Amino acid sequence: MRTRKAIPGVDPKLLIRDAASVMPDPARRRFLRGAASVGALALLTGCDIIDGDTAENALRVVSRFNDKVQAALFDPDKLAPTYSESDITRPFPFNAYYSLDEAPRIDPATYRLEISGLVDNRKPWTLEELYKLPEHSQITRHVCVEGWSAIGSWQGALLSDFLKRIGADTRAGYIFFRCAEGYTNTIDMATALHPQTQMSFKFDHQTLPRAYGFPMKIRMPTKLGFKQPKYVVAMEVTNENRGGYWSNQGYNWFSGL
Amino acid sequence: MTAETMAISPERRIIHPLWVRITHWINALAILVMIGSGWQIYNASPLFDFTFSRSYALGNWLGGALLWHFAAMWLLVINGLVYLILGFATGRFRRKLVPIRPSHVIADLKAALTFRLSHDDLSRYNAVQKLLYAGVIVVGIIVVLSGLSIWKPVQFQELTWLFGGYEVARYVHFFAMAAIVAFLVVHVVLALIVPKSVRAMITGR
Repeated sequence: MRTRKAIPGVDPKLLIRDAASVMPDPARRRFLRGAASVGALALLTGCDIIDGDTAENALRVVSRFNDKVQAALFDPDKLAPTYSESDITRPFPFNAYYSLDEAPRIDPATYRLEISGLVDNRKPWTLEELYKLPEHSQITRHVCVEGWSAIGSWQGALLSDFLKRIGADTRAGYIFFRCAEGYTNTIDMATALHPQTQMSFKFDHQTLPRAYGFPMKIRMPTKLGFKQPKYVVAMEVTNENRGGYWSNQGYNWFSGL
Repeated sequence: MTAETMAISPERRIIHPLWVRITHWINALAILVMIGSGWQIYNASPLFDFTFSRSYALGNWLGGALLWHFAAMWLLVINGLVYLILGFATGRFRRKLVPIRPSHVIADLKAALTFRLSHDDLSRYNAVQKLLYAGVIVVGIIVVLSGLSIWKPVQFQELTWLFGGYEVARYVHFFAMAAIVAFLVVHVVLALIVPKSVRAMITGR
C-alpha cells in the first residue's frame, strides 16, 4: 500500500482546497469534481473487488491450496457410510446442466470405451465386455455441491480392478474422463483406486437409465456429485491435471467429501 | 501494592488487551464473509420456504460464494483458535465469563429492559453479557464443527454422525448461523447505544 506523508500541522483536505483556490474557476471545478469521481471510482472498484473477477482469481489461489489440503485429508482406506435398501431416495433425482431431453442417447451396440495414456493395453472396450467384469454393489449418499443429497444404489466394476486389468500405471497422478455430452473431468489417482470408486453400469440393479448416465457412470461416494462423470466414452491415465467442466468454471477441483 | 493503586495503574485501565481487539475485528470480518457467502450457498438449495436477498449475499453465484466460504473459513478457524487458546491461557474467560448464575441473569435482564443497567465499569460484564458472550463462543464452535461435518461427511463421518447425519447437520449449521446473526443484531445495537464500548474495543480503554 502507498503511504502518504503528512505534513505536521497541515490538514490534507484544506491543502487541496487551498490548491484549488489558486486555480482559474473552470479548472478548479474540474479539479474538485475529478477528486470526487476518483473517490467514487475507488468505491466502485471496491464493490468490484468484492464481487468481481479480481477477487475470484485471488480466491482461486486459495481454492488450489484447498485442493492440496483435501488430498492430504483423503484417507484411501476410509469408506463412505453405506445405507440399506429402504434408505434409497425414490425417485432418485436427475441433475445436470442440460435437460433430460438433451441428455446423450448412446447406442449400446456401437458403444466403445476408449482407453489411452499410461496403460499397457489401449484396446477399446465394448459394453458386453464391460458387463462381464466382476460386480461390486453400493448404497451410498450422493452429495450435491448445492447442498442437497440423495441416497442411491449402484452396481458395476471397481475402477481399481479395471485399471489393473488394462495395465494402468497407477503411479500416474490422474485419470481424465471424456463424456458423450461434452463433459470432461480429471480425478486424482488416490480417489480412482478407492475401494468404493465404481464404473457403474446399473442403478438399483437395473441397467443404468439414460437419466443417470447410460451406459456408464463413474460413481465416487468420496466426491461431490458434479465430479462424477456420466455417459463416459473415454478414459485416459495421465500425469496432467486437465481440470474439468465444472472446476474450469470456478468450482473447487478436488471437491472431496 | 495496595488494591487502590492497582485500580489506577495503567495496566488495570486496559479493558481489552491487544490480542482481544485484533482477534475481535478479524473475527468480525471473517464471520460477515462467512454469513454473506453462506446465504448465497443456501440459496442454491434452500432448506426452508425462503431465500436470502441477493443484495446481502456474497459471491454473485454458487461457485463464487463457495470460493469465499472456503477461503474465509481459514481466517475464521485460525483466528478463532488463537482467541480460544489465549482466552483460556490468560485466564480471561475464567475472569470475565464465569460464573453465570441464572438469578443474576434474570435480575440483569430486568434492569436492562427498564434501562437501569449500569455500564460504568466496562471491564466487568453483567450476567446477561456473560451469558451472551459465552453462548456465542459455544455457537461459534458448533457452526465450525457442523460446517466441517457437511464439508467432509466421509473423512469426518464420525463428526457428521454426532450431528445426526449429513442432512441434520445442514440444519444445525443453518440454526447456528441464525443464532450468530441474532447475537450480532443485539451486539451491534447495544454497542451503538453505549459507544464507549466500541471505543474500548478499538483503543483498549
